[in-house]
Amino acid sequence: MLLANGSQLAIKETFEPSVRAMLASLLIVFREMLEAGLVVGIVLAATEGLAGRGLAILGGIAAGVSGAAVVAGFADVIAEAAEGVGQELFTAGILLAAVLMLTFHTTWMSRHGRKLASEIKEIGRAAVKGDKSLFALAVVVGLAVMREGSEVVLFLYGIAASSHESAGAMFAGGLIGVVLAALVSYTLYRGLVAIPMRHLFSVTNGMIALLAAGMAGQAAAVLAGADVIPSWGERLWNTSFILPDGSWLGRALHALIGYSAAPSGVQVAAWLATLALIVALARLAPDEKPKRGPAHPLAETKVAARS
Amino acid sequence: MRTLLLALTVSLLASAANADDPQLVIKDHKFQPERLEVPAGVKFKLMVRNNDPTAEEFESFQLNREKVVPPGKEIPVFLGPLDRGEYPFFGDFHQDTAKGVIVAK
Repeated sequence: MLLANGSQLAIKETFEPSVRAMLASLLIVFREMLEAGLVVGIVLAATEGLAGRGLAILGGIAAGVSGAAVVAGFADVIAEAAEGVGQELFTAGILLAAVLMLTFHTTWMSRHGRKLASEIKEIGRAAVKGDKSLFALAVVVGLAVMREGSEVVLFLYGIAASSHESAGAMFAGGLIGVVLAALVSYTLYRGLVAIPMRHLFSVTNGMIALLAAGMAGQAAAVLAGADVIPSWGERLWNTSFILPDGSWLGRALHALIGYSAAPSGVQVAAWLATLALIVALARLAPDEKPKRGPAHPLAETKVAARS
Repeated sequence: MRTLLLALTVSLLASAANADDPQLVIKDHKFQPERLEVPAGVKFKLMVRNNDPTAEEFESFQLNREKVVPPGKEIPVFLGPLDRGEYPFFGDFHQDTAKGVIVAK
């Protein structure tokens, strides 16, 4: 919030109205798409070396964008459903579907990860099959884009409908916001794949486990916020004086690990339960040994999922 | 037809909302009132009505809430029990004008 407000203040004083409108719209769209951008970055790294992953992830993004338009179109229907808590039920449903897919991925990877890593080293990238896991992650990408994107669609539609004088500049700003979010995806992806192949999947598996826990916590928070489930304490603690939810770091950590400055009891419980479930499933899953090559450097594949 | 639909919507919502539920109205991308007093320590339902032709998103970090309010609609935001204090909120799509604070007393 401090950073966001600070930058808005600077915008107000420095620029022409149309540039101001463009930057304001850029900030809104970028903030909305940041979460989806981080998810895409992790998924890109987690599917490194899998055949056909580019197409699958692009398909996920395209489906997410179409879904966002549909969700935005039905925004009023959703808002009025279930006595006014339709939005919360819908959001929680999307989040929990993503949690399911992410859990499937980590379980699948803890079974096949070692073999996968050695195969990728042996026969090269983009040649290894991992269709099921790839599909699950493409769905996660689609859901993330749909959830965040529907708000962007509503925002941009509002600009178009109100025949704002700087509508063109605001659309341009929105477009730049999307491009910047894509840049975040790419940067995160490049940063992650710089990790040596024998460690890469342990890192992405750990990140995906935290992503799933964060989404489960968010779903619980949304449902408690709508009074659908008990909150078990509105705010267990409050760290907003150290790291407010609205700061850029707070937002990024919210997307990556489900950070919340003042979480409710049920939110923390859902977070912990999901992480415990994923770790348990990963440990129970029978490990598929790599065909050849040294077992030693690959032995760490499951470490991240365990910790 | 539109009036009829509106009347139907209002009556439907009225059945769900109590007359003494605190209410915010969005008009010209501003909240009315911009300072809303609510009782501390109890659960309550804040009704947010959007009288603008475009969607708005009611958002508050302090209250941990984020909810889209479609144009011409009224949606409930379940809040509380709140500690005494001030809880700023804003409209995510028009942050330069749509600002306000909930004061729990």
